[in-house]
Amino acid sequence: MSNRTIIPFGPQHPVLPEPIHLDLVMEDELVVEAIPRIGWVHRGLEKLVEKKDFLEMTYVAERICGICSFIHGLTYCHGIEQIMNIEVPIRAHFLRTLWSELSRIHSHLLWLGLVADAFGFESLFMHSWRIREKVLDIIEATTGGRVIFGSAKVGGTRRDIDNEMLKRIIAQVTEIEKEMKEISQTFLNDYSVQQRLKGVGILSKADANMLGAVGPMLRASGINQDMRKLNYAAYGHIDWEPVMAQDGDCFARVEVRVGELFQATDMIRQVIEKMPEGPVDVKVTGSPNGEFFARTEQPRGEVIYYLKGNGSKNLERMRVRTPTFANIPAITKILPGIQLADVPMMLLTIDPCISCTER
Amino acid sequence: MTYLAKSPWIIHYDATSCNGCDIEVLACLTPMYDVERFGIINTGNPKHADIFLITGSVNEQNVKVVENIYNQMPNPKVVVAIGICATSGGIFRECYNVLGGVDKVIPVDVYVPGCAVRPEAIIDGVVKAIGVLEEKHTQMKKGAAKS
Repeated sequence: MSNRTIIPFGPQHPVLPEPIHLDLVMEDELVVEAIPRIGWVHRGLEKLVEKKDFLEMTYVAERICGICSFIHGLTYCHGIEQIMNIEVPIRAHFLRTLWSELSRIHSHLLWLGLVADAFGFESLFMHSWRIREKVLDIIEATTGGRVIFGSAKVGGTRRDIDNEMLKRIIAQVTEIEKEMKEISQTFLNDYSVQQRLKGVGILSKADANMLGAVGPMLRASGINQDMRKLNYAAYGHIDWEPVMAQDGDCFARVEVRVGELFQATDMIRQVIEKMPEGPVDVKVTGSPNGEFFARTEQPRGEVIYYLKGNGSKNLERMRVRTPTFANIPAITKILPGIQLADVPMMLLTIDPCISCTER
Repeated sequence: MTYLAKSPWIIHYDATSCNGCDIEVLACLTPMYDVERFGIINTGNPKHADIFLITGSVNEQNVKVVENIYNQMPNPKVVVAIGICATSGGIFRECYNVLGGVDKVIPVDVYVPGCAVRPEAIIDGVVKAIGVLEEKHTQMKKGAAKS
């Protein structure tokens, strides 16, 4: 046996904009064990429920993560609405679905760009982010914000989108779809991309299930689980099936996310076609009393909000389990046995969102 | 400042940001805003960097990391606090693990408030930082000439 060395990875590392630390136990070029250490971004925002009332907490929930911001807000509102038995107007449900899917496209394009950068394909990174800006343009036109929308609200949404704008969104989405097709060709068919991604970091179906992986990580290993099938928001009103892949390697995870890009554009079209007329919010009176587990599907996977109210303005407890946290056991499982040069790319394939994980 | 004598390199560290400001920092480098055409490069090495972009407020655990990066940067150096969290703590000011703005730990030269900051504002901040950098540079030269 050769000598073992420990290589520290992070917390400040160019591959990720966020800090995560891994102690990589190496035997020559091969990773033997990866020991993660998290907590650099911990703010302790769950305890803010004691200082901010349940309506203000919507804004805090949106700021748990700047990428899946809207879905965090949605999940929080969904939980509170369930506790308080608020009937949300159907149009609000459709708007929520629309914004959720727009953020899914922007998140996946962001991730595809970062992973392209990690395997050294700089121009693909630039193209992914160029297309992403067009999605952000739609988001900015409809909500006013680029990454943090501030549109979720207990009892509905804070903004409405008029029909003319909805038509324009369809036209823009069609254009974005065309450009996404071009880059997805490269992601799925390019020789050098396949060389880096195929057969690397395989997570078997059994392991994915046992380690509790979520989202694209889980679906790439051949397990059909998507929280959108719980039919929150308007997902019950549209036709769709979860995107799946069977191989469980890095390439399969790219495949799933590329598939979800086009699934999302399809959903946006359906949502806009079926968008009902009506109000977008209802008045909220009283305070939440009771508890609820809200589960939704973020771009990275399933997020769980546990909310408990005691009849006062402030919630008693809020607990968030985010997708990246659930995927960390899976990454420590697939890292051993790979080469050091593949570590940054491998780490990226779970689409890590550290600020979510540590809150 | 009328022209750029040198292209400053930046280093970015996410203290406890929610990611919103981080991806906007990255967006500045991509085709839409593209500051790389001015030779501004996002480097991972503190010893190569002139401008330190920091997003998010500081907490107990990352104080050392922030100080470490700052101390490794060669003089003259400029610190830009990106976002309201880095400026004052923002919405998370009352959290138990948030110490407050970045200026609690290292001296900050330029503040760019916003939640999340827009890329235009970040570029504005960096342009201001370049001015500060040149000023510091001339002062350093004067100091060296005197002694």
